[in-house]
Amino acid sequence: MRVVRALITAAVLLALWQGVVSLTGVPRYILPGPLAVADALQRQAPLLVQHGATTLTEILLGLVLGVALGGASALTLASFRTARRWLMPLLVVSQAIPVFALAPLLVLWLGYGMASKVAMAVLVIFFPVTTALFDGLRRTEPGWLDLARTMGASRRSVLWHIRLPAALPAFGSGLRVAAAVAPIGAVIGEWVGSSSGLGYLMLHANARMQIDLLFAALAVLGVFAVALYAAVDALIRRALPWQPDTHPTEEKD
Amino acid sequence: MNAPELPNAVRPNALAPAPLSVTVTGARLTYGGTELFADLSLTVEAGVTTGLLGPSGVGKTTLLRMVAGLADPEPPTVIEARDGAPLHGRVAYMAQQDLLLPWLTVLDNVLLGARLRHERRSPDLVARARALLEQVGLAGRETDRPATLSGGQRQRVAIARTLMEDKPLVLMDEPFSALDALTRLRLQDVAASALAGRTVLMITHDPLEALRLGHRIHVMTGRPATVGPALEPPGRIPRAVDDPALLALQAELLRRLAG
Repeated sequence: MRVVRALITAAVLLALWQGVVSLTGVPRYILPGPLAVADALQRQAPLLVQHGATTLTEILLGLVLGVALGGASALTLASFRTARRWLMPLLVVSQAIPVFALAPLLVLWLGYGMASKVAMAVLVIFFPVTTALFDGLRRTEPGWLDLARTMGASRRSVLWHIRLPAALPAFGSGLRVAAAVAPIGAVIGEWVGSSSGLGYLMLHANARMQIDLLFAALAVLGVFAVALYAAVDALIRRALPWQPDTHPTEEKD
Repeated sequence: MNAPELPNAVRPNALAPAPLSVTVTGARLTYGGTELFADLSLTVEAGVTTGLLGPSGVGKTTLLRMVAGLADPEPPTVIEARDGAPLHGRVAYMAQQDLLLPWLTVLDNVLLGARLRHERRSPDLVARARALLEQVGLAGRETDRPATLSGGQRQRVAIARTLMEDKPLVLMDEPFSALDALTRLRLQDVAASALAGRTVLMITHDPLEALRLGHRIHVMTGRPATVGPALEPPGRIPRAVDDPALLALQAELLRRLAG
């Protein structure tokens, strides 16, 4: 039912869009209608697939690396007092820096290829994942820790068997944010300097007044983002079956 | 309201720890500058349930946590076992909340201690956990997650988990206070039969609970708080709720609590 409702909403919006374009007669190079975009999607499919593959690879690599690095740092911070003392201020300050401002530097250092885009995606993913998991690890129900202590558990055992599983829902929220921002990181990286990818294609099409192609690239990117978010969300739900569902998915109406 | 006599086959008699007697002397606790108690003494006799009854805020939970090794005793507090060996590692602790881990099944929750200590999950161990679950009336729920259980059932799992630890001293901090009245009475019956023969120190603010389960009952009141002489009500445990003697004692305990 949810899917049907979403499809109907999308259809209505698309119809409105087409209506505005047809009624006002806006030229195609300013605002193409959805039919023109669909046409571009079909005509330029090979091009879109080629550049889409680049961007998708960057997003996925960035996601995997960013989540792995973020998870590892959160675990390190939670396990070692020294790490917390020395690295926490750094982490907090670095979060205040707009990461996107680093994009030109990354391109300078890592080149026009995929590496700089993956690095960009890793940077935007790293902080939400680290803070989400670290927060989760710090907020363990104190009663569980007491119980584990009377049971003679070592610190490592408590981290592994109690604090980490208890932090997984928080980690899941971080993962959802990561999935949502990963495409942004990759595309910003491509805008700053690249020779392939959907971000590159959008800039290129914009410069040549191929606005229908720009919209087509945007549509592909949108599909990536939604699919990625849905996949991550489904994965989290499957992995944490004990977690009471806070999403009002089964709204009774 | 008396529980049917449950078979005591659950305890591995060869390995059962000898009941331990514990004494607390010179106990002192200050909180935010005020002295909650000083020079307080308490003896927990071996093999019986000692009920420590007191109003909220009297410091009884902190006293229990000191015995459990969860709070550092304030000097000159001395907590010692009769056999002279340290208490560390010989205590099973049951709190007001069931503290079940939501991601583990009921059976795995009962086996939590073994998991945390990286002990091998031998068939014997699992069989004992299953037997304990049966004893507390939860046979067949082994693979369920805690979220599917009622509050009373969850606390039953907590009892099984406490017994699984099989420690010489069992500490209970208002274990049934979060439950409704009827469930509480049922759980007291379950606990009484399950804990028979063990050294138990149970904290409660409910005179009826202390009277149903305690062989010896101390009242802890005042500021700084003192522990009164032990009251040893007659009759088998769990004592019947409608016993007139028990009701008279309840009135007496309420008087002591108020005084």
